[in-house]
Formats: sequence, structure tokens, C-alpha cells
Amino acid sequence: MTTTARRPQLRDVVFVEGVRTPFGKARPDGLYAETRADDLVVKAVRELLRRHPELPADRVDEVAIAATTQSGDQGITLGRTVAVLAGLPASVPGYAIDRMCAGGMTAVTTTAAGIASGQQDVVVAGGVEHMGHHPMGFDADPNPRFVSERLVAPDALNMGVTAENIHDRMPHLTKERADAYAVASQAKYAKAVANGDVGPEIVPVAVRSAELGWGLATADELPRPGTTIAGIRDLKTPFRPGGRVTAGNASPLTDGATACLLAAGDIADGLGLPVRMRLVASAFAGVAPEVMGLGPIPSTEKALARAGLTIDDIGLFEVNEAFAVQVLAFLDHFGLADDDARVNPYGGAIAMGHPLASSGVRLMTQLAHEFERNPQVRYGITTMCVGLGQGGTVIWENPHHPDYSGHTTPSSTQEA
Amino acid sequence: MSETRAERVTRSLVRDVELPGGAGTLALLTLDNGLDHTKPSTLGPLGIAELTERLAELRARAARGEIAAIGITGKPYFLAAGADLTAVSTITTHEAALGLGRAGHAAYELLHDAGVPTFAFVNGLALGGGLEIALNCDYRTVASDAAALGLPETGLGLVPGWGGAYLVPRLVGIEKAVDVILTRPAQNKPYKPAEAATLGLVDVLLDSADFLEQSLAWAARVVRGEVVVERRPLDPQPVWDAVVGAARQRLDAVVHRSRPAPYRALDLLAGARTATRAEAFAAEDAALADLIMSDEMRASVYAFGLVSGGKRPVGAPARELARPVTRVGIVGAGLMAAQIALLVAQRLGVPVVMRDLDEERVAKGVGYVRTSVEKLVGRGRMTADAAARILASVEGTTDIQAFAACDVVVEAVTEVLSLKKRVFAELEGIVSPETILATNTSALSVTEMAADLQHPERVVGIHFFNPVAQMPLVEVVQAEHTSQEALATAFAITSKLRKTAVLVRDRPGFVVNRLLVLVMGKVVEAIENGTAVQVADQALAPLGFPMPTFELFDLVGPAVGLHVLTSLRADLGDRFPASPGLEKLVADGTRVVLDAPAPGLHRPVDPAIQGVFGPALEAGVTGQHGTPVLDGPGVLDSVLTALTVEVGHMLEEGVVAGPPQIDLCMILGAGWGFHTGGITPYLDRTGCSERVLGRRLLPDGVANVPA
Repeated sequence: MTTTARRPQLRDVVFVEGVRTPFGKARPDGLYAETRADDLVVKAVRELLRRHPELPADRVDEVAIAATTQSGDQGITLGRTVAVLAGLPASVPGYAIDRMCAGGMTAVTTTAAGIASGQQDVVVAGGVEHMGHHPMGFDADPNPRFVSERLVAPDALNMGVTAENIHDRMPHLTKERADAYAVASQAKYAKAVANGDVGPEIVPVAVRSAELGWGLATADELPRPGTTIAGIRDLKTPFRPGGRVTAGNASPLTDGATACLLAAGDIADGLGLPVRMRLVASAFAGVAPEVMGLGPIPSTEKALARAGLTIDDIGLFEVNEAFAVQVLAFLDHFGLADDDARVNPYGGAIAMGHPLASSGVRLMTQLAHEFERNPQVRYGITTMCVGLGQGGTVIWENPHHPDYSGHTTPSSTQEA
Repeated sequence: MSETRAERVTRSLVRDVELPGGAGTLALLTLDNGLDHTKPSTLGPLGIAELTERLAELRARAARGEIAAIGITGKPYFLAAGADLTAVSTITTHEAALGLGRAGHAAYELLHDAGVPTFAFVNGLALGGGLEIALNCDYRTVASDAAALGLPETGLGLVPGWGGAYLVPRLVGIEKAVDVILTRPAQNKPYKPAEAATLGLVDVLLDSADFLEQSLAWAARVVRGEVVVERRPLDPQPVWDAVVGAARQRLDAVVHRSRPAPYRALDLLAGARTATRAEAFAAEDAALADLIMSDEMRASVYAFGLVSGGKRPVGAPARELARPVTRVGIVGAGLMAAQIALLVAQRLGVPVVMRDLDEERVAKGVGYVRTSVEKLVGRGRMTADAAARILASVEGTTDIQAFAACDVVVEAVTEVLSLKKRVFAELEGIVSPETILATNTSALSVTEMAADLQHPERVVGIHFFNPVAQMPLVEVVQAEHTSQEALATAFAITSKLRKTAVLVRDRPGFVVNRLLVLVMGKVVEAIENGTAVQVADQALAPLGFPMPTFELFDLVGPAVGLHVLTSLRADLGDRFPASPGLEKLVADGTRVVLDAPAPGLHRPVDPAIQGVFGPALEAGVTGQHGTPVLDGPGVLDSVLTALTVEVGHMLEEGVVAGPPQIDLCMILGAGWGFHTGGITPYLDRTGCSERVLGRRLLPDGVANVPA
């Protein structure tokens, strides 16, 4: 007697909810100087599950957690350790994932692929980067062939230098435009906090300092409200003398963690999980490592093509602000104004910080909130650049839009 | 005189945190002694002073409306482990002792009616004065992984005198309060977090993964009025009185006024119902001061220090000398052998082979291991996997060749010297020259046992106590030729078995049996002379031993007791009395005790056994031995005198490094109470050592209030 295995059909993937820790300054005097990286994700994951009592913990099929540096308190297969530390049942598996800055984004797209093809029903995806404990590139051992065979420019691993390289290649993206963009990011963030648009997704984290005792991190530490163009005009250009990239128009070194819940559309409905976004398409693409900031351009082109959409169909953009110039290059390519209101309406990484592998899920979490506030927008994009010359893009559909294509039936994916 | 060491000050660090949901600002105070997670924060005078200052500031801020709540928590793994006991035991005046209690109360009083709700977030160990901080707060949360919560004071000669005696019965009811303050300390068993929550010592149990975050969220709900914690009404006066009365009866039956602390604690409990907080706290201050100035308390702190420091045995060779142990042999498969095999398999995690002469005995030994393991699994004390591992690692055989690959072989055969010598001789032909041979003898000479071997240096004594799993002490015996390697290996093994090891020289009865059997012998001697069995059985009650003499006989088995007594008499002379009556009891197999009148009470001697000793005579008349018949105090005196003489001999013979090792042995091997300090502090403070030996055993002030 033989049995025939079930052949799964493609399923929709929905974004249920995202949360994050407050982002802290990656310095010895920062919020999380004495807090472990893995504990940051654990707090995020526990809050995520606490917000969804309708989800039995043993229904989580995977915990995928990204980190750029996977050693020390970001080591030992983060996804699994986080699952154990967060008190998930022993039956819940997990793994660690890395695509540098797009680690969290890749945790989402990879598990989403699993959900779509029926390998998983519900997953937790997220990321963490404690840049204070794990300075970028520390302890890395790049293959000497990179340099000897000129596979990449010698300074392509220095992200600030790659941003200067974009200024070089595109002289019309001036320092003045970059500074203006950065100042606007700070202002938009401050307004979003005041309006309560940034805040509900933040998970308070108890922080201990041997000097000060226990405290509670409840808000981002890095934003500089009230930043003016004059105030940042004369900052040092640490990556090159007479350069254009400064601490004012780049994202600061950051500690933080994010986590989100993804599910198959029909499973979400069955469990009563809220649906905040539907994944439409995603793509990653490579560019020359020395201009890694251009990565979001080809990845977005690729994702749009896959989705059968054009840039004009996109009503909201969450672009990671590693550097202002890299966002400007993206906007420039797609013919969007520097101050287009659809782009990063709550501000971006220049204000709140960029804990590398965490940021992808932060973009999604904010887009989900913007979708709720903007039911007239049908499609939105989350995109980011990645070290060593990559870009990643995920296109999402707004379930609050009147023409929402739905997600409950397997065939609904064909409409997208 | 003990040195006064500098206080390791526990700081009170304050930070403001924003409570979720706009509930306002909570001032969060962290108790932190600045040391790592192996060194609990304790509260000394400077720490209390800082806490008082911070709390006073916070109350002022509360009055100004700057804060909505006050919270107290600790550095990771500890709220606080209570008062700094070492410092307490250096106090020299009653007034200073009174000051200590008052200072604590003054600090903790600030947590009551503070103008805003006060919270304790019990993130870890909270004992004594540490737990009392939490009890004085309006609300308490506890982390699911907090190591222990409890008020051990009455076990250390004190009372929970920073509010505990007043607050606990009000929080959990008088009946449970007696458990918290008297019963658990006597069992040395603090509460687990879940127990504490069920009991009502804390209000809510929260998962440790995000304990502080969730505690603050809970506090916010309390501040906003979304959570209301119901407090139980005071128990009615008749209930209160009945519970206190029953507890007093139990104390009289078990403690016999051998130490004051439990009685003082009970007095405080009795008064807690009607007293105002101020009155109750004043009564706590008075009790605390009296007790701090008592020898019983000082001896308890000394004993506590001995037991805590017992993991670093005095005189043990360097650890590096220990040989690796990968397989252990046990000669014999009797009860003791099987218990040792089980413990070794459990804690050393190496294969164990048990060998006896015939299949039946082997099967019985292996069967004991299996039954014990199954019992543990059944009670949820052992996982099925651990049970399977242990059962697979314990092997029984009749083939002595099975010992060939063992690094250590422990003999646990019948206590007959010639038999043990034969066993070792036979083993020497099988095992490698490096294999360590250990004996579990309780009274035979290890040196003689090794005498005819080619390698006598490999023989060492490892004397376990019955029941092996429960008894915390092991005497490691250094015979004449025992090598440092053999000794180091014995210490390494006992440490892995999680026993406290004391190094003893190869003298008859080592420490515990020598003194314990002496006590039994002296009691029986008095009976032989004419003291009534009931009088003699109760005579040692003022010492507060764990049980009366005949219950002890019953527990160790009268035959074993008699055997050791006879053996010690042969080796050490007639300081160890002969007892024809006892011999007859053993020969007849007569049970010597009656059942306990109630659970938890002692088993009294069966008056019917009087007959084997001849008639009981009036105290003072000339008895069977031609000396006056002793009354109870006379028996006690004769026992104390004999103990003093014997301790003197033992120190002269160099059986142990010094009096503290004798005390440690008696505390852990015989269960003698902390309030006696083992035994030498008691002999010193009652003047026995001065009277009998012409000198103190310990310097003045080490385990008593200095003159």
C-alpha cells in the first residue's frame, strides 16, 4: 500500500505585527552597554507573543533571527537560543541568518518563502545588532584575494567610504541635499513620536548599569530633535578629508532588536491573527561593493517587475537611511523628490539609528502602521542597502485598501 | 577575638523609570554590593544608612508629587541575603545591638505610608532582612527563578526582627506564619518563588525572562487602580491564640528551651495581632538585641560559617594531585554499598561495578539501586533519562576481575578487620598499582587494613554516614601511609558527590562515632548504675540534640551502636562504658522506643526496657557501680564531662586540625544544633572545658559573646 504525499499550493504570507526595542547608542555610556544582545531580542519576541494570546506558542514553526556578527552574545544559533530563552516550547525550532544590514529583511523573506510553499504556518522573524558589543567588521578576516585580485576596492568594506563614493559618482547629490534630507528625517521622527505614530511598537527593556542600578529603556536614545542644517553643516567628515558624509547625514552606530510575526493568510484567519500587510514580492540584487548604497535601485526594479507593478503603484516607501546620499540616489533614480511625503513619513535611521540586521523588520513595522493610517494606499515598499554591494526590497499590499486582493484562498496569490 | 572587617556596603542606587501607559514615574532603587553574582548583597550599618537616606529623599519627592511609586529590586540573582551576620556577631554591647534593630526598622518604616505605593520586585534570593524589605513594601512581585525566599533567623539564633514577625502573620495568617518563621528555618528549607506566591508572601509570580519589565507593567496597573490586591483579614483572636499555643507545645516537646530564639519569635507572633506597628517593631528590637547578645546566637553564626566554609576542607592536599576517576568499584552489595554505588553513579557519572559473593546478594544490591531510582522518578525528583543513565552505569557481578579497570575501589563489606584485609589483598592482585583502595569503615583501623599490602599508600578511608544520600558529611581518613594522591582523590570524589569532607586521622571512631557513641555509652552507664531509663533518655534535652538518646539508638540500630561502643572500648579504654543491659537488648532484638505521640514529635524510650538494666533507683543513693545514682542534670553533666575529656584527647591525638573541625563533624554528621556551635562552643560557654581541661577550646569571642 502506498501513500501519496500532500502537494502544497502556494499560500499568501501576511505580516501580523512587528515590535522593536528602543534603539540605543552603541557606546560605553549607551542604554544597552551592560545588556546582552540576545536578551534584547528575547524581550521583543516575548512582547510579540504576549500581544497575541490567540496564537498558541507551539504553533510557531520557526524562529529566524538575524545578526551580522554571530559570535559572543549574538552567537550559538540565535533563533534557537532566543526561542529557548523566550520560553517558547522546546518543540519550536530556530536558526540564525545573516545578510549584514538586510539580515532581518532576509529572515522575513526566507521564512515567507517557507510559508508560501507550505513548509511553515507561523514564524517569528527578527534581528538584533549590538554594535557596542560587536563593532562593525571587528574580528573579520576578509580573504586576501578581495584585494590581490581587485575583486573589490580596498575600502569597499568601510560603509562611510562607499557613501562618499556615491557622492563622487553622482556629483549632483550634494552635501547640502544630504544635510537637508537628514534634518527632515529628524523632524519627521520627532513629529511621529509626538503623534504617537512611533511608540506603540516599542517594547520597554529593563537595563542594568553597575553604576546606576536598574532602569527601563522606553524610548530611542539617538534622535536629535531640533537638528538644523546650520547645526550639522560643519561636522567633521570622518571618512575622508573634505568629504561629504558626516555624523549628521548618516545613521549612528546603534544597539537594538526587532521581531515580527508572519503567517500564512489562511492560518492567520483561522487563528484570528490580525493581518497588517500582505507580502507581494521581494528581491535582492547586487551592485559594485564600493557603491553598495545603490543596491536598493536594482532590487526594487527586480521586485516591481516580479510583482507586475511600477514605481507609480507604490504609495508609501520605507527606505533605510544608512546614509542620506544613498536614499537620495534611490529617489533620484525613480524620479522622486528629496522631500516626497510618501517616503519615510516617520523619519528614518538617521534619526532613530540603524542596528544593522534589525532594521529590515523596523521598516516593515512602520510601513504596517502607515498602511493602517493610509487605507487609500494599496502598495508599499520596504528597501535597504547592504554591505558588500547588495540591495533588498519587499513590496507589501495594504489589507485596509478597498481593492485589497485578499489572502484567504491559495489562488489569491495569482492576482498579485 | 574575631577581627572586625570592613563592611561590604550594599549601595542603594536610584533611577527614575517611566511606568507604561502614562502611570507616571517610578523611582527604582537597586540594592547592589558591587560584587559579582557569587557574592550576595547583605545589609550592614552603612548600607542601611544609605538606604534610609535614599528612601527619605524618595518620600520627599513623593510629597512633592514628582513620583507616582517607589520600587526596590536587587542586582542580578539577589534582592538581598539579609543582615551582614559576620558584622552582627562582632557587636559587643546590648545598646549597639538595640541600635542595629532600630536602624533597620527606621529604614523599612519609610516604606509604609510613603505617600505613593511602594513595591518590591523580588528578582532573586531574598532571605532574612532581605525578604523583610519586600514585606515592608505595599506590594511584591517575585521572579520565577528567584533562588529562595525565607526568614531563616530562628535557625541562626535570631528573630525576623526587621518587621518579619509582625508582617508575616498579617499577610499569610498566623498558622502559615508559624511555618515561615519557625518550621521552615528548623528544616533549613526556604521557599521557592511559586510557593511564596501561593502562600501570599508575595503578590504575583512573574516569569524571569522579562521579570522587571513585567513587574513595572504590573506596578503601573496597580498605580492606575486596574489591579487591586486583596489583603486577608486578621485571623480571629481565638484562632491566633490556639495556633500560638500549639506551636509553643511543639517547641517545648522538641526544642526543650535549649535555645531562646524560637521562643522569642513565638512571643512576637503572639503579640503581633493586637500590637500597633510601632509597638511590634519595638518588641522586635528588644528581642533582637537580647538575642544578638546571646551565646546561642554567636555559636549559631560560628556554625553557619563552618558549614558555609566546609566546601574548602582544612588540610586537603592540592586538587591537582587527584587522579582521574573513570570507573569505580564497590566491594559488597549490601545496603551501604548499594547506596554508595547509586550516589557515585548519580554524581560522578562514571560506570560503577558492585561485586558480592553470590548472585542473590548482587541482585539485591542492584535491585536497591533500581528501586531507589524508580522512587525518585516517581516523585519527580529525577528525569527518566537520568534514571536510565544511572541504571545502565551500575553493574552487579560476582566476578572480582571486574574491578581490574577501576581507578578507585571502595570496600563496604562487614566490619571485620580480617575480612577487610583479605578483600584488599585480593584486590591488589587484580587492580593496577595506581588504583586507589578506599574503605568505608566506621571504626576499624585503616592503617592496619593496609598494613600487609604491597602499596599501603593507596589506601584511604572514605567514611559515609547512613543514609548516604541525605547525610552531608564524609570523614576522609588519612592512614599512616596514605599518599597525598590517594587523599586528594578522596577529596575530589567527595566534593563531586556534593558532600562536605573533613580530614581525620586514623584514630578509632574518627570524630562523629567517637563522640556520638560516647554520649550513648554515658547515658547507658548512668542507667546501669540506677538512673531510670526515662530520666536518662530526657537528660540531654537541654542540649537541644535532634533526638533523645534511645531514639538515636533505634535510628542507628542498637546492634550497630553496641558494636561501635564495644570496638571503641577495646581501642580507647573504659572511658567507653560497657553495658550488659544494652547487650541483652541487642541479643533479644528488643525495640527500645515507643511510637511518637504525634507526627513531628520525638519517640520516647519504652519504659518496659527498664527491666534489662535492673530497677530504677532514687537519685543520690549509691547505685550498682558504687557511685551515686544520677538525676537528669547529673547525667547531662557526666555526658558533658566525658565529651570534654574526649575532645581533649582527640585534639591531643591530632584527629583533626582543631576544634572547628570537630564542630563541623558533629553539626553535619550528628545533626547537633547550630546553637551549640557543634559542641566546643557549648563546652566553653558552660565552663566545662575550663573545669575539665583547664582551658578554653576556642578563643573567647569566636563563638560566644566575649567577656
